[in-house]
Amino acid sequence: MTIGLQTIKPIEVSRLIGEVETLKNAGYRLAAISCVKVGEVFEINYSFDKEYELENLRITVTGDTEVPSITGMYWGAFVYENEMHDLFGIQVRGMNIDFKGTFIRTAIKYPFSVTTAKGEKP
Amino acid sequence: MTKQIVVPFGPQHPVLPEPIHLDLVLEDERVVDVIPSIGYIHRGFEKLVEKREFTEYTYVAERTCGICSFIHGMTYCVGIEQIMKIDVPERAQYLRTIWSEYSRLHSHLLWLGLFADSFGFENLFMNAWRIRERVLDVFEQTTGGRVIQGSCKIGGVRRDITNEKLDEMAKGLDVLDREMQELTNVFLHDATVKHRLRNVGIISRNDAYMTGAVGPTARGSGVAIDMRKLGYGAYGKLNFQMVTDSCGDCYSRCLVRSKELFASTDLIRQAIKKIPDGPVDVKVTGAPDGEYFTRAEQPRGELVHYIKGNGTKFLVRSRIRTPTLTNIPPLIKMLQGCELADVPVIVLSIDPCISCTER
Repeated sequence: MTIGLQTIKPIEVSRLIGEVETLKNAGYRLAAISCVKVGEVFEINYSFDKEYELENLRITVTGDTEVPSITGMYWGAFVYENEMHDLFGIQVRGMNIDFKGTFIRTAIKYPFSVTTAKGEKP
Repeated sequence: MTKQIVVPFGPQHPVLPEPIHLDLVLEDERVVDVIPSIGYIHRGFEKLVEKREFTEYTYVAERTCGICSFIHGMTYCVGIEQIMKIDVPERAQYLRTIWSEYSRLHSHLLWLGLFADSFGFENLFMNAWRIRERVLDVFEQTTGGRVIQGSCKIGGVRRDITNEKLDEMAKGLDVLDREMQELTNVFLHDATVKHRLRNVGIISRNDAYMTGAVGPTARGSGVAIDMRKLGYGAYGKLNFQMVTDSCGDCYSRCLVRSKELFASTDLIRQAIKKIPDGPVDVKVTGAPDGEYFTRAEQPRGELVHYIKGNGTKFLVRSRIRTPTLTNIPPLIKMLQGCELADVPVIVLSIDPCISCTER
């Protein structure tokens, strides 16, 4: 049984702002932004909810890509964007509140940018 | 132009059991802006998926929070079960729902006590925590743990509750309801309490929705979202009315949590009546290969666990988005324009759990 509808739509970074604006105009709320290191690239999932349906926009970026901030449309997104910067080292351009790496204080810089998964079969 | 000064609030403050820092920009006694700061105790739990097998990680996920620990473990398990297409036995789904609602009772009673303490009503604080002991006793009797239950696992639950014990729990709910009624009468009808909470820390429905408010913080502003409506566990088979209020102030958030106590006891009663006999777990083989966004309703609001596996026994990613993290932007909106003396009450009104946030 699948609990609630959820879709993942891969998009180019250049289309991010336009897609987010469309969702905002359609009445979606921002549920989360999740970053994942997959091999040498990062997958960033922007999750939006409307009436219990989860719509995810996915961009795939390299470590040196600058990602545009969506705080112009979703004011509260700064918590996710600062977190993404502090844990993964993703550069976000144009945040409304930019903590410049001090939102989450970690002993190791960008601790989630390196994967040490063992990858063993069960 | 009035001179602006910055007053630091936290990370150590009498109303804050855990560290969060707010830079309050003041003009006289009025807060005009707020800059939040977290990250004092970030534990990096999410990174542990690389070193713990996906079956062991259930117990790591549970330790994200010391209050709604069961719901964290369950949400993680549901995510893995969805990826691996595991059909969890119905009895286990009901038991998960019962323990989830006891977690909500535990959390809301704890919060009511802390909230009373924040506005200086210490006797009320002690009463709330005295009643909460009854809930912790049930946890201890049914799982062996008062704070960390360790009873949820991938494919079901690790312990059953006998039908005799379930009947006893149902009788205990009557006592609990009576005591909670006396307690919430003070919160909702006492003139002093009402005066302290009404029209304080207001956030409009639109601001709450667009800044990402969840749980009682959203429902107190009339935003009707509750992830239990997704129907996970046994919620799809039980009836419950979502509690909302429209004023968006501290009193509304208190009212929503107070009424949710009785919604929880009602859900537990329904679950006890309907729980079928049968097994409580299924054998799990293989490893998760895929991804899933699981959402559940914690006492503080919508919880998101994003899980990604690659067919090995170690996950690629477990991302935990806790309700307090997303309730920080609405908190800033509530604080803008308030009086300095109201800040502690407003901060407590979102029921901040920094331990969750610093997973």
